[in-house]
Amino acid sequence: MGRFSSIRVLLCFAVPPRCKGTNVAMSTSPPPRYRNNAWREHPLWNWVGLVPFFLFIFLFLIIPSLNLFTGAFVTNKGLFTLENLSVFRNPLVLKAYMTSLQVSLLTAVIGGLFGFFVAAAVALGHPPRWMRSLIMTFSGLAANFGGVPLAFAFIATLGRTGFVTALLKEVCFAGPDGTQICPFNPYDHGFSLYSLTGLVLAYTYFQFPLMVLTITPALEGMRKEWREAAANLGASTWQYWRDIALPVLTPSILGASILLFGNAFGAYATAQALTGGSIPLVTIFVGQQIRGDVLGNPHEGYAMAIGMVVVMAITIVAYSMLQRQASRWMKV
Amino acid sequence: MKAQPINWWAIFWIVLAALYFFLPMYGTLDFSLRMERNTISLKAYEIVFADPRFWQGFRYSTLMALITIIVSIILFVPTVYWMYLKVPQARPIMEIITILPFVIPTIVYVFGLIRTFSRPPFQLTLHALTTDMLIVAGYVVISMPFMFRAIDVGMRALDVRTLTEAAQSLGSNWFQVLVYVIVPNLRVAILSGALISFATVMGELILASFLVRPALAPYMALLGLTKAYEPAALAIISYALTWVSLGLLQLVSRGGTTRQLTGR
Repeated sequence: MGRFSSIRVLLCFAVPPRCKGTNVAMSTSPPPRYRNNAWREHPLWNWVGLVPFFLFIFLFLIIPSLNLFTGAFVTNKGLFTLENLSVFRNPLVLKAYMTSLQVSLLTAVIGGLFGFFVAAAVALGHPPRWMRSLIMTFSGLAANFGGVPLAFAFIATLGRTGFVTALLKEVCFAGPDGTQICPFNPYDHGFSLYSLTGLVLAYTYFQFPLMVLTITPALEGMRKEWREAAANLGASTWQYWRDIALPVLTPSILGASILLFGNAFGAYATAQALTGGSIPLVTIFVGQQIRGDVLGNPHEGYAMAIGMVVVMAITIVAYSMLQRQASRWMKV
Repeated sequence: MKAQPINWWAIFWIVLAALYFFLPMYGTLDFSLRMERNTISLKAYEIVFADPRFWQGFRYSTLMALITIIVSIILFVPTVYWMYLKVPQARPIMEIITILPFVIPTIVYVFGLIRTFSRPPFQLTLHALTTDMLIVAGYVVISMPFMFRAIDVGMRALDVRTLTEAAQSLGSNWFQVLVYVIVPNLRVAILSGALISFATVMGELILASFLVRPALAPYMALLGLTKAYEPAALAIISYALTWVSLGLLQLVSRGGTTRQLTGR
């Protein structure tokens, strides 16, 4: 599953006006009082209704996360230490982080650009209505599609015996000396689905639809008047895009790309099923550490895992800040 | 109004996107039907459906998904309702909490779960039943962003205060307000949250695989290591499952503004 990809969550992120400022009406009238127990009047009493939720979250989210966090900063005997951070000098761990960052960055850029063009085509290109709803529906579906089945789908399509590979192999010409030349067999040119390239191709399947979902509201928020005003002042289409549209869209585009980055960074199942763990992503490495303590020190494993949380936290904070920036323009 | 000329540039990108969507689908479908040489057959599907481990995984994942949905509803509906009614100032902290499962990658989260619950004082991983309880808790957490926000968005369309006051003035207690007034009004929101939770749990690999429970995704991953055609068939089955639930979701949520069920 692409974990960032709930359609609703995105709507909520991408169109803040839908999500913010709705409880204004609620806080204006004082809460009605039906009983006269004085202790129930205390404002803290109001929080009691949230206790089951907070208990659950505390037990199954906060404690496990804190446990990793504290695990990263203690020795085997339970004393505080920063020693475990030396795991980030381990070449294997560094390589894993670099590979993950590389894959996430590549798929964020490729998926982001592709998704942007598709979204622009849908939002501004006046396609037939059925095309538009087709793309939006499938984006909602594909952005949520990931994991093991996605890996299988790509193996069946672009694997050695895959459908598209077979099609490309068929395209052959007779060479000048009578030999058959099949210029498009990808496996003759160093392509392999079970490599970084293959992983990037597979990730793009859920990355670009996520971009379409995130960026379309921003594109639709661009006013027709801006374009008309620019045209009246003699701007060309290119000038309009360079001087007006792109600057307005920049925070949205950046924010969406960062979201894509995080989406790829945390992904595990597709990579595991596609490459059997042969590409050293951080997620794969953490998985190996859970199964068999490959680092030889569980506490270094916790430190490595916490490093991922730090990257993701930076990602999410940057995303929401940019989104806030973007929503300033979009207010109607 | 002048008819818009067809923008070929836009059509190009849309066709390219559609190809990216459909080629892997078609490739998988085609592959899954070619288990027998030179003929189209459903052999791969027959083998999958004859495998008791598939049905075990399917039953297990479906059951876990249903329990997850029920627990999520029982946990989140009253919480969101209470937040709207009594503590709107809790919203920022709730928003941060519900986004945490995005910040903590599932693989890291399962690491934390195993570290916490595989040793005293909270040892849960010794027995299948307690592990299942742990896994449901994990599923509730990872589907929380979807479920919580679905309910949140649904609740926003309601005038919670008026509904509550009306019900209470007719003599309802809190339980009755929730079950007979709030929940029926939230049916679309709850249904969409449930569908996306269902899809999430059915496809979830990491929790089940690391807590070693017989769910669908680990079975699939295992099959993928040794077989060629059966995984393609499984991928199609899994596509169908996910797409039916997410397709239903889009259908359900397209209903537009949910009208409040009162006074009628």
